[in-house]
Formats: sequence, C-alpha cells, structure tokens
Amino acid sequence: MIYFDNSATTKIDPAVLATYNQVAQNIWGNPSSLHKMGDRAFQLLESSRKQIANLLGTKQDEIFFTSGGTESNNTAIKGTAIQKREFGKHIITSSVEHASVANAFNALENLGYRVTRLPVDKEGRVNVNDLRNALDTDTTLVSIMGVNNEIGTIQPIEEISDLLTNYPTIQFHVDNVQALGKNIWPRVFTPRVDLSSLSAHKFHAPRGIGILYKKEGKMLSPLHDGGGQEKGLRSGTENLPAIAAMAKAVRLLLTDEAEKANREAAIKREIVAYLQDKPGIKIFSPVSTGFTPHILCFALEGIRGETLVHTLEEHDIYTSTTSACASTKTDEASTLVSMHVADQIAMSAIRLSFDETNTLAEADEFITVFDQIYRHFAKINHLGENN
Amino acid sequence: MKYTEIMVRYGELSTKGKNRKDFIGKLAGNVTKVLRDFPQIEIHPRHDRLHIVLNGASFNEIDQKLKKVFGIQTYSPTIKVEKTLQAIEETSLALMKETFKKGMTFKVNTKRSDHHFTYDTNELNSLVGDYLFENMSDLKVEMKHPDLVLRIEVRQDAIYISNQLLHGAGGMPVGTGGRAVMMLSGGIDSPVASYLALKRGVDIEMVHFFSPPYTTEKALNKAKELTGILANYAGRINFIAVPFAEIQETIKEKVPEGYLMTVQRRFMLRLADEIRNKRNELAIFNGESVGQVASQTLESMMAINDVTTTPVVRPVATMDKTEIIRLAEEIGTFDLSIKPFEDCCTIFAPPRPKTKPKVDKAREYEARLDVAGLIERALAGIKVTAIYPNDKFLADKAEEDAALL
Repeated sequence: MIYFDNSATTKIDPAVLATYNQVAQNIWGNPSSLHKMGDRAFQLLESSRKQIANLLGTKQDEIFFTSGGTESNNTAIKGTAIQKREFGKHIITSSVEHASVANAFNALENLGYRVTRLPVDKEGRVNVNDLRNALDTDTTLVSIMGVNNEIGTIQPIEEISDLLTNYPTIQFHVDNVQALGKNIWPRVFTPRVDLSSLSAHKFHAPRGIGILYKKEGKMLSPLHDGGGQEKGLRSGTENLPAIAAMAKAVRLLLTDEAEKANREAAIKREIVAYLQDKPGIKIFSPVSTGFTPHILCFALEGIRGETLVHTLEEHDIYTSTTSACASTKTDEASTLVSMHVADQIAMSAIRLSFDETNTLAEADEFITVFDQIYRHFAKINHLGENN
Repeated sequence: MKYTEIMVRYGELSTKGKNRKDFIGKLAGNVTKVLRDFPQIEIHPRHDRLHIVLNGASFNEIDQKLKKVFGIQTYSPTIKVEKTLQAIEETSLALMKETFKKGMTFKVNTKRSDHHFTYDTNELNSLVGDYLFENMSDLKVEMKHPDLVLRIEVRQDAIYISNQLLHGAGGMPVGTGGRAVMMLSGGIDSPVASYLALKRGVDIEMVHFFSPPYTTEKALNKAKELTGILANYAGRINFIAVPFAEIQETIKEKVPEGYLMTVQRRFMLRLADEIRNKRNELAIFNGESVGQVASQTLESMMAINDVTTTPVVRPVATMDKTEIIRLAEEIGTFDLSIKPFEDCCTIFAPPRPKTKPKVDKAREYEARLDVAGLIERALAGIKVTAIYPNDKFLADKAEEDAALL
C-alpha cells in the first residue's frame, strides 16, 4: 500500500494515540472543575498550550484550541469581520483559498461585506501589487493561505507582511493548515501575522482538534457563546485528550524537521524527474523553493483526475484529485481554474501528497505502476503522436 | 576552569567581638546544610575565612546555592597550585584568558605568608605580570580600580590563585539572631518580611492560619511552597499550620461587623505568641506594612498588638508596595504569591472594617467569647512540617505532563 494523500489526512502516530488514550482514561476531569481532578486536567491543558507555543515560537496566551482548520479559519475571518465592522466592511482574500476560507468570505459577502478576491499567476501565487491596490480605508482583514492545498504554492507571506506593516489596523490571517513541519515556517508565519490556523490531523494527530493563533492584543468576536473557555474566544469543554495528543504530535513533527522535509522533497524530485517531458503530462507543482516539498499536482491530458485516482487505487496506491474537500463536487479544481488552466486539463489533475514516512522505494514503485497506466492511456489518447 | 576551592569572606564581623566564634560556627553549619548534595566537598572554617575544598565538585552548581547564604560578604573561586613559578604563571594565564574581556584593566596582587618562598611579593607581581603580557594582547594594567584583580596567595602548603571577587548575600548567618515565629500568609509581603528576617540572622518558623473548608488545600500548599523558596536562605524552615475556622466562625457569629477583622487579628497574634512561647522563641515577625490595608493602620496595630508584650517585628513596615514587589521578584516568591487562592484573611473580611478600631471596644467584644477554649482547641490542631529548599506542594505535574507530551 502506498499512501500519497497526506494533505487530505495523515495516519495517526501510535505514540500520539497512546497519549490520547492515557489522557482519556486517566486525566478525564473537566479543566473548568474546581476540584483536584479538574485542576489536574487544567494543568495538562496549559502544559500542552505551553509546549505548542514554545514550538511555534509564540506566547502561551496566543494559542487557542478549536475543533480544527475549518473552525480556526471561520473564527479568524468572521470573528475579525464582526469585531471590526464599525471600522470598515472591506475584506480581502485570494481566489485560491481552501473552501473553509472561501465560503466564509462568501457568507460575509451575503451579509453585506465587500470582498476582494485577489487573482493568482501561473504558479498560483498572489501578487503583492494587486493586494496593495486593493487596500483601502475600509479594509479590516486580509486572509491569504501560507501553502496552497491543491498544488503546494508557497504564497509571498513575507512580502505581504512587509506591505501590511504600514497598515497596523488590518488583521492579517494566514491559513497555515498545509504549512507546518515543512521547514518553511518563518516564511509563512512572520511577526506581522495576526491570526493563523492549524489542523492536527494533518500531522499525525487526531481529527477534530486544531489551533488558532491569535496575536496578543488582537480582538475577535467569538463564534461560539457559552462557558467562556479559551478566554471566551471558543466556549465548549476542551477536548483534552486530543489537545494533549496534538501537543505531542507538534513536538514529534518538528523534531528533525529539515531532514523530514528533505526526504519528502527527494520523493517529489524523483517523481517529477520521471513525469517531466512526458507528452500529455502537465506538472503544476515544480521542484522549486516557491513550492512546498510535500505536494505534487499534475494532469494527464485526456483522462479525468477521478479516473486516474481510481486506476491507481486498483494498485493499492492512494492519491486524490486536487483537494479531498472539493473532490466530491462536480466542479473543477478551483486553484487551477484561477490559474487559467484550461478546463479540460484542470479536470485531469491529480494530487500526490507525501509525509516523512513515505520512502524513495515507494516513489519507485509509484513510477513503475504509473508508467504502465501512462502507456495504456497514452495509446488510447494518441499522446505524443502529434509531437 | 577547574577550580579547586572557594575562599569565603565573612560580613559584619568587626562588630561581633566574642560572638565571632558563634558567627563562624553558624555560618559553617549553614553552608554545610545548603551544600549537603555535594558529599565530596570539605568545609574548613577559619577565623578570617572559610575554605570550601571542592574535590572535583562543580563550582557553578555550588555557586547557585552559596550566593543565598547570609553572612557571606564575598567569595572567590580559587585554584590551588604547587609552589613553582611555572605553575603560578600557567594557571594565572588560563584564569585570565577565561575571564578577561577586551577593554578590561587588571592588576596582580600577591600576598605571602610563607616568607621562605623564592620570590617576594613585588617580584611575583612583576614576574607574573610580565608573563601575562607576553602571552596575551590587549592587557592593560590599572592599579587603583582594575576590573580584574589576579590574587596570588603564597601559603605554607601551596599557592592559591583567583581573579574573581563575587558578592555574597550579605547579612548575618541564620541562627545568630535568635529564633522567632513568622506569620506567613500567602501574599506578597510576608515572604519578603521572612527573607529580611532571615537576612538579619533570625531563625524563623512559619505560622500559617488556614480555615478549611473556607480556604482550600491549595492555599495551604501555596504557603508551604513559598516556605520552600525561602528555605533556600535557611536550609530548612518549620511550617506550622494552625486551624482557624472555628475561631473565625465564632467571631463572625458574635462580634459586630466593624470589629470582625480586629478581633480575628488579635486571635492570630495570640496564637502566634502561644506557639512562640512553647517553642522558646524570642519574637514575632510579620509582613505588616503601615497604611497598606485597614488592619495595618497604626490605630489597628495598636488595637491588635494589645494582646501581647512580645516584640512584634515588621521588616517591611515602611516599604512601599512597589519596593516590596521588587524584592519579592528578586527572591522568587512573587509569581507564587499572586496566585489567587482564597486565604483566611479574606474569607470573613467585613465590607467596611474599622480603620481606627478602639482597644477597649475590641476587648469588650472579645469578652463575649471563650477565648481560652478557642485558643486551646486551635493549638491542639497545629501541624508542624519541616520544609527544605524548593520543596513542592502545589500539584506540579510538569514531569508527568512532559512524559505525556
């Protein structure tokens, strides 16, 4: 079995699961309870928060626990829009965001907010000049992802940060769900970033738990009202076993981070070396410092991505069309469409996404299997005959 | 640098006359106590200095503990070498290379008690100075106020070389000032007052009032943990927990609201005094600061102090809150002190306490109570715990958490 769909979700690490189990069984008090058991749970909650803060380079008070990337994104975006509505109702994002960002903006647009969606270039990257031109005195929020989930483009967060330094009242949110542990953190999490989202199941921790980073002093309206947990920003009894497991997973993830990222890069490099120059194959995630090492998106002209995914599945190889979240819908990949890739080709795209447990041997096996598939389809589609 | 011994210089000794011996004995005992984790060291108290022979123990680890021992004015990590010029020169060079930073000035200062040694002090000063100049650039000599003084002591048994003069905690060795009880709440002031009492050589025992179920175990443990921090300065401190709930309930029931606080404080002072008396101690210390709260006006102090003629010493009486906080931060009690657990001073605090209570009124209301019985029962319930440096009492599961995470 080869699992190349790690951007959709990763396999939970047994050591992380062990932490989950131990906490669920032994430290099950409610962190808000006054008695000893509550106290114990509260202490572990704060130890987890502290560990994550130290590893991410933030203050402990800046880490908030949510149910995952979607909630973190929604809280950051809607929370800002509502909090700052008296100061302006113009909000900016890119045209290649994850659905949880894109649809949050759609929802706000329906409520009367003015939304600017920045275009992207041929590599799926936002242009800072476009952002500069879009800013006005009504702008309260800019939300740009750190790493694109469909093709792996690293967005120019550093340049955007430089630009936004002159606009201190605009809250800058970066969806970093795809960006942690890939040895690029300082590029996508600058000191100017006010809000950032992470999701635990993308790094071998349980699903249903995530992080919202909120810089000290920044204000957000909470989306959940309730018992006032997480300093009122996210009410609801804390999911302590998952939080502790996530804290452990962050530590494991960031241990030997560079080496792990290099391993993923080597796999990507090997597969790209095979794919490039093949007639009918179009690579959207080149080997480049502008792209994350763990995502490789390409299309085989004339074959729907879905078909390719299922064909690979027959060989026990698991991949996805460009985004698992969008794959059940009939419309094409949104990032590729925003890049003005022809519909025919966009519909043919598939995404391979690696993690540090994947090996070069798996890359070789993938190439062997894919080569058979490619030859078969190339024959049917007369690929290469016109060249 | 591998230091072989530490030379410790005493503080405030010139005024001690015949008590000098007692002072040195106590200091040596206290040093022995705080360094009990280093079995290989030897401690030699002499009339002018105390020598700690390291026998391989780490100076840096010992330094951390030694700098909290009161009665030490200064100390120097020292290297013992054989009595040859070559050994002096090589060790001096190594020491200087480690501590010298560009732009510093230095001088060599030799003392010689072995007058048969080949070179006299002037010769040694210039020989070693020349040797250092030959082997190090950027050196500059300054006789009056050098940044570094390279001290070479020629004694009978060996030669001792040092170039650092570190400041000790000052004060008097704990125990030379007699024994007393300290009324420790859990707030910011009383730990600072404890520190100041210890600094003057007073050996204190903590008296802490607790009132379950009005106060939690956490509040009690917080006071114990504060004592653990202060024990760094004393080696060990006894913690005496006094149950106070029955007294508070009785007062609440029978005394008019305006005098609740005054009468409670009178009981606390009485209990502290009884404990002091039973334990053969000479004074009561507390963390009162003039004008800080209603119980700490001079009128209040008068009305409360009425129950005893024992000296009540208030080390922080005239300090500003900001000064007290600064000192609390310095000695490491502040972060713990501000943890918000209910203590017995706040649970039955009246909304409008009298800031100018009258002594005779306090006496009159108290006459309605079975003072002797209440005191007796509280004393019967006291618990004494010996607390050592950095003992932990608040559920600190950091290690368990680290294993999980």
